[in-house]
Amino acid sequence: MSETPQELRYTDTHEWARVEPDGTVCVGISDFAQDALGDVVFIELPETGTEVAAGAEVAVIESVKAASDIYSPVSGEIVRVNDQLTDAPDLVNSEPYDGGWIFVVQPLSDDLSADLLTADQYQEFCETDSNAH
Amino acid sequence: MKTALYEKHVRLEAQLVDFAGWEMPMRYSSTIDEHHAVRNHVGMFDVSHMLTVDFEGAQSALFLQRLLASDVSKLSKDGQALYTVMLNERGGIIDDLIVYRLHETSFRIVFNAGVATTDLEWVTAWQQTTAYSLSITPRRDLSIVAVQGPKAIQTVVEILDCPQLMAVQPFTAIFHNELFIGRTGYTGEDGVEIICPNADATNIWSQLLNAGVLPCGLGARDTLRLEAGMNLNGQDMTPDLTPYECALSWVLDLEPSRDFVGQTALAETHRQGIATKLTGIVLQGGVMRSGYEVQSNAGLGTITSGSFSPTLGYSIALARIPRASTGDCSVLIRNKQKAGRIVRPPFVRHGEKVHR
Repeated sequence: MSETPQELRYTDTHEWARVEPDGTVCVGISDFAQDALGDVVFIELPETGTEVAAGAEVAVIESVKAASDIYSPVSGEIVRVNDQLTDAPDLVNSEPYDGGWIFVVQPLSDDLSADLLTADQYQEFCETDSNAH
Repeated sequence: MKTALYEKHVRLEAQLVDFAGWEMPMRYSSTIDEHHAVRNHVGMFDVSHMLTVDFEGAQSALFLQRLLASDVSKLSKDGQALYTVMLNERGGIIDDLIVYRLHETSFRIVFNAGVATTDLEWVTAWQQTTAYSLSITPRRDLSIVAVQGPKAIQTVVEILDCPQLMAVQPFTAIFHNELFIGRTGYTGEDGVEIICPNADATNIWSQLLNAGVLPCGLGARDTLRLEAGMNLNGQDMTPDLTPYECALSWVLDLEPSRDFVGQTALAETHRQGIATKLTGIVLQGGVMRSGYEVQSNAGLGTITSGSFSPTLGYSIALARIPRASTGDCSVLIRNKQKAGRIVRPPFVRHGEKVHR
């Protein structure tokens, strides 16, 4: 079973979002997603300063098998990216919620709750998703 | 469809995918770990979705000389094998395959899963056309387990109590009780392919597993064969492409005295000139995939197979590009041009980088 930390929020495209104490939003992909992708071998990171809309393609994760788009869960500006992933993209597999974070957004609005899924909702979504395959 | 080893894959919690109608393991754990196991130790693959077909009868050699682009009369001893292609009348590749001589009047061929039905219909139709005296028997009663890697031979010798395997040359097979063991594979490493009765497959698999052989899925099979510069039928080769366009002219036995299906068309294609070649590309800072566009010094081409090389740590690909292309090139990856370099496959041999 994949891990789905309760304190995070999720998207139906398998990103997680964590509101940091400074109000920024840290983004990565879920344990469920990294397991489905398999070995991550390359990540194309966004540039800091880029303005992104919620749902926009921001990064690309390449696994051995396929390329996958990563979408921003919120609208705002990219303020940090995880440069460690350039040399160690497999952190996305081994530590999806820690060392495998991908980028940080300074959101336009501080109200995230409306559009994002809770851990329970996301888990339910994944179960439906895997049964469909 | 399910192979005799399907329950084993489920018990090992493999990620299963559909491959040509077969439920096959994509990976058991990590494709990269499985890949390294084969390069450095030993791994095993269930390839029972491929179809073993036996050709027996007084005129079986004559028949295969007509159907295959290589001359099976080169197989002078029982057990010898060769890699070749079966062509259509336009000289296009229907399938690539290994043919083993079992006896003077019997041969064994293993067809790729995706075209097994097509292949079987093709050879059956040609048997009726030629009226040669032979029987063609598809062997769905047999499974195939490939054991590959530098430790493969030693492991199989011990597990199957088969010391005579030590002396078996590459591209040669032996019978061992009910088993047919060929020193062949699709990984670029030493190893064997064991063709066994379906009923024995699970037992052999379990013994290999207990001996520490890592089960490997189609994901690792693909990265391994790509590093070794081996073509995948349906992807790097199609019925619309001749061996000249698939870097396979070396398999052709073109003596004028021969008369194999496709030979006339091949001669005409060769006379008109070959515009493209299948070669290799290496690239850092992205991963090349099948279908991506390549810009070379001699014009545009296409990636036919692309992936990440776990041994080299960057992307490698086979590409069909203009024949005169050399040197630097660029590959269009998700709307961005990335710099690559044209190289001659293989990319890796016996675990070491070989491309320049």
